[in-house]
Amino acid sequence: MGRPGGGIIETIIINVLLVFMVLLVLALIRTRNLFAVIVLSGLYSFLMATVLVALDAVDVAMTEAAVGAGVSTVLLLGALNLCKSEEAKTAKRPWLPLALSATTGVLLIYGAMGLPDFADPQAPIHQHVAPRYLQNEVDIPNVVTAVLASFRGYDTLGETTVVFTAGAGIIALLRRRKRDTDAK
Amino acid sequence: MSSGGVIEHFSYIVTVFLMVAGLFIVIARGNLIKKLIGLSIFQTSVYLLYIAPGKLLGGTAPILAPQYSIYSNPLPHVLILTAIVVGVATLALGLALAVRIREAYGTIEEDEIVARDNAIEDAEGAGS
Repeated sequence: MGRPGGGIIETIIINVLLVFMVLLVLALIRTRNLFAVIVLSGLYSFLMATVLVALDAVDVAMTEAAVGAGVSTVLLLGALNLCKSEEAKTAKRPWLPLALSATTGVLLIYGAMGLPDFADPQAPIHQHVAPRYLQNEVDIPNVVTAVLASFRGYDTLGETTVVFTAGAGIIALLRRRKRDTDAK
Repeated sequence: MSSGGVIEHFSYIVTVFLMVAGLFIVIARGNLIKKLIGLSIFQTSVYLLYIAPGKLLGGTAPILAPQYSIYSNPLPHVLILTAIVVGVATLALGLALAVRIREAYGTIEEDEIVARDNAIEDAEGAGS
């Protein structure tokens, strides 16, 4: 609502950003140097955060910029420090994976064409449970926080379990390494 | 009201492209770190799949204020907040595995790892 033509400009901004993402991923596929690949993937995460801001998902954008672009890049660079930085060139052309990916893509696009239009206010996603969330039942202005903490708290419990398991796994993997080197 | 045009479904098409590109990197590239980056691109495309349908043109971020009446759907945002953290947890675990493989095999290229495994099996088969 509000300014006339605002919807068209919003659509153009979002679509241009999405085209940037496609170009960035194509560059990422072709790049062989792993350091460049990691920098490109950090760039990709920041671009994704920008798209999320344009799609009104500001909380998700903040998390993606901090966790996706920040922590992931640091982890990848740390792993790269321990490994070789150049990807070997595969001898054979990847025709089979290309055919498989293209087939999957065509099938998924065929299915996606049956989904509701972009930003259609009559779509089921806007009619089912969202209007109730937007009534501000728990008296917190940020609806995302309200839903996260009060309606869907079990999600965060599950998330914590996953993070704990992953952390325990990493410690188990990397501690064994230290003992091995001590033994040698 | 679904007219089914390409312009109206452009966000879905880009989502599918990103997903398939991630899948292609995971299958076709032999380097383990590159495979993990492909996996995280696949995960990131899912964020777009969830959040793009929740957008309303002319709407604003779901932070309630008296001067606005249209808000984008907050539920996908909540779900994807969880997914981002889980994605980083899987990436970290995968990288730890890659580092361990590098320690054991001296390489993170899939072809060389398989070749070494086969060589070890052949040597055992010849010895017994």
